[in-house]
Amino acid sequence: MKTFIGVDLGSTTTKAVLMDENMDVLGRGITNSRSNYTTACNVAKLEAQISTRLTLCRRNLTQRVPELGGKLDEFLTRLELGFRLEQFLEQLEDLKATCIGNVSGDRFAGMEKQIIEVLEAVFKGVAAEAPKLYEPDAPRKSDFFRDIAGSMYMAHSQARGKEAGIAYDMLLNVYDKSIIEVENRPPNADMAASFLRALDRALKGMPGLNVDVNTVRKAVQDALDVELEETYLVGTGYGRVTLPFSKEHIRSEILCHGLGAHMMYSGTRTVLDIGGQDTKGIQVDPKGIVENFQMNDRCAAGCGRYLGYIADEMNMGLHELGPLAMKAKRVAKINSTCTVFAGAELRDRLALGEAREDILAGLHRSIILRAMSILSRSGGIRDQFTFTGGVAKNEAAVKELRILVKENYGDVQININPDSIYTGALGGATFAHRAVTGNA
Amino acid sequence: MTEITTPKGASPEVIKDDSMWKQKEMMAGHYDRITSAHENGLKVCNTFVPGNLNELIRCFGLVNNLPEVNAIQSGLRKKSGNFVLEAEKHGHSEDVCTYVKSDIGMMEKGNIAPNGKKFPDPDVLLLSYTGCFTFMKWFELLREQYDCETIMLHTPYEGDGKITKNMRDYMVKQLKDDVIPKLERISGVKFDIDLLRENLVKSAKAEEDLVWVLQSAKNKPSPIDAYFGGIYYIGPIFGAFRGTDDAIEYYKLLRAEVEARVKAGRGPVTPDGDMGKEKYRIVVEGPPNYTSFRDFWKMFYDEGAVVVASSYTKVGGVYDFGFRHDPTNPLESLADYCLGVYTNLNLPQRVDMLENYMNEYEADGLLINSIKSCNSFSAGQLLMLREIEKRTGKPGGFVESDLVDPRYFSPANIKNRLESYFQMIDQKRSGKTKGVAA
Repeated sequence: MKTFIGVDLGSTTTKAVLMDENMDVLGRGITNSRSNYTTACNVAKLEAQISTRLTLCRRNLTQRVPELGGKLDEFLTRLELGFRLEQFLEQLEDLKATCIGNVSGDRFAGMEKQIIEVLEAVFKGVAAEAPKLYEPDAPRKSDFFRDIAGSMYMAHSQARGKEAGIAYDMLLNVYDKSIIEVENRPPNADMAASFLRALDRALKGMPGLNVDVNTVRKAVQDALDVELEETYLVGTGYGRVTLPFSKEHIRSEILCHGLGAHMMYSGTRTVLDIGGQDTKGIQVDPKGIVENFQMNDRCAAGCGRYLGYIADEMNMGLHELGPLAMKAKRVAKINSTCTVFAGAELRDRLALGEAREDILAGLHRSIILRAMSILSRSGGIRDQFTFTGGVAKNEAAVKELRILVKENYGDVQININPDSIYTGALGGATFAHRAVTGNA
Repeated sequence: MTEITTPKGASPEVIKDDSMWKQKEMMAGHYDRITSAHENGLKVCNTFVPGNLNELIRCFGLVNNLPEVNAIQSGLRKKSGNFVLEAEKHGHSEDVCTYVKSDIGMMEKGNIAPNGKKFPDPDVLLLSYTGCFTFMKWFELLREQYDCETIMLHTPYEGDGKITKNMRDYMVKQLKDDVIPKLERISGVKFDIDLLRENLVKSAKAEEDLVWVLQSAKNKPSPIDAYFGGIYYIGPIFGAFRGTDDAIEYYKLLRAEVEARVKAGRGPVTPDGDMGKEKYRIVVEGPPNYTSFRDFWKMFYDEGAVVVASSYTKVGGVYDFGFRHDPTNPLESLADYCLGVYTNLNLPQRVDMLENYMNEYEADGLLINSIKSCNSFSAGQLLMLREIEKRTGKPGGFVESDLVDPRYFSPANIKNRLESYFQMIDQKRSGKTKGVAA
């Protein structure tokens, strides 16, 4: 099968979208950008291919095993979670070996054996807990190996270290040294074998299924056997220049976001993208061709990273900010969106007795105000207006945006796609398709 | 598909054309003349580029020192960053024009000219241009510093888009009643109008060749880059050499070289040798960035973008619509020159001029380099951009940097915007010819 891949190398996350010859999106993948864009690109691409396999499984199972019926979604969720667990365990094994290998040098002199024993116990504990994390409906704060394995390692090493009289910071040191190595060594085990093990787990997890197991197995096996030929790849985003791609495989993220938004909503005329370090206002014509754009210059005030700092300052998860801001009774007036001053501004407001939720609501409003300024410089907001990027998932930001759009531009249809984070990658994949079909 | 136009392999040996050697020699001579002026018994007049009265100043045997040109030199030689910081240490805020801060900082750091010798204190400050009020404040600061006589020639702004008889008469009156008598007194030299006429004849001769060179960019491929290359081409005529034999010779040499390039079908010369295939013809509005001048330029020629016309190369005089210094009406001609410089034009005039360039030079788009610390240049630029887009249907681009403050040049961001802009032009072209599948 010919596939066309777009990879958007953002400052925080790297996203990939894979489409087929009919321009149907078959898979999406996302990973943290690390400090290594080449690895991030490979991992995101791999993730998109995994997601494609699941799409192909869905197609085959829908056609060949109609008796799955209403259970298909649950079955596929279990299949994916089972596969993720396989991947997690594989990486965990790698992390364990790397950690043990890193117990050397003056710092650990004479204590190596003891520390390795603790590590064995820690990883045993993490591995034992892992399956629970990949149960359907199990809460996970992140999908990235670093985050999941990191928090579990911390918890177990604190307890095991204490029992064995080993200082926690020593165990942390081993982890810190090892995680970057492991992260830059994506899982490389046989994907098909992992999927088949996951299939067994899924079938085991749904004992009451009235299906012919061999037909299910064949449908999955056939989906895994489809050759995914990487026909053309287009890279975009800030990290694109660091990739060993030739120039024709690179497109500006402005064009990719414009085209991606058009592919999601063909009526799009204005796009707002708030990413980690960029806020972009883009005007596109009815064909998705960029007519105009404006973006922040050397200062990244009010971009996604700003919310990251605020979350750190408040000791909260990034995804928790929006819901808390929604509880505000009033919107605090915040003038500065400077990321560096964010902490000071926040502490200052708290000291003045303002409520956390009110301050957060003000911070969200100030981000959107800055975005509105960029949008107006790019030519204003035209109907339809598509909001993309990580911040589009934040309900408080969206609420402020709706208010300000209404105030300034009246009734405009605002599109926010649940997959908006993939907009740039989707544009990239479309460019990849056009490069081959001659529409570039 | 995008073609790779970056020259690969070893950088070509730097070969300078005769005109380049000539200019280098002229600039070296200029700085030597300034730094040795007092020991040679000559007096020094500091003045600005837009609306400078070089022909008149030369009538009094004064040596012409241009603080903006010095700031540009500091920028190109990567010294302005420290000068700007020094000026800020002395109380000048972050948003003040960085030409001013570079100049003030340079004075604080010993006032050393590019030839390594100290700049002399000026004997007179001649402010002949008021299109920018910051320039006026700049000279106030210099007057405070040097405690010397200041002459002000007030140039009325072309708010209504034309030069009226009253405006011209007002300027001629200032020249006759104030500027010339003061220059006579300070220099001790009697004004000789015939000498002024002689100088003006020389100016017009050089101006003729300069215009030919700038208009050569109408060729395809363009034999020159009229912005980055243009900065070098305007050097002598905007600086201290208008009205001199040196300028005549320089532009003669330059014209011959450009003529040869046109004949050979060659594109512009860049710091990396001849530019590759011309892919985008761009009109640029706004000054360049001097601290990363070559990096900025490279972002253009690596992509096959050539600037075919620019407004910045008209800040020291607009010659391409017919104005020439006129020896038959010497003072009126000086007045018209000052009134007509680009920075003294109103917004509709600037828009008309840019539209003319877009059409005459068959450009693919207008790009604005908006200068963070220059409000008088930057005000209204987005409106201008929109208007040009509307009139020509060609895409506009917008980048932001600064004159000589390196902190305001963010290479990744600017490169990102430029690449996006050039790809946008490509996309528009292919959209027009092929249609785009939704």
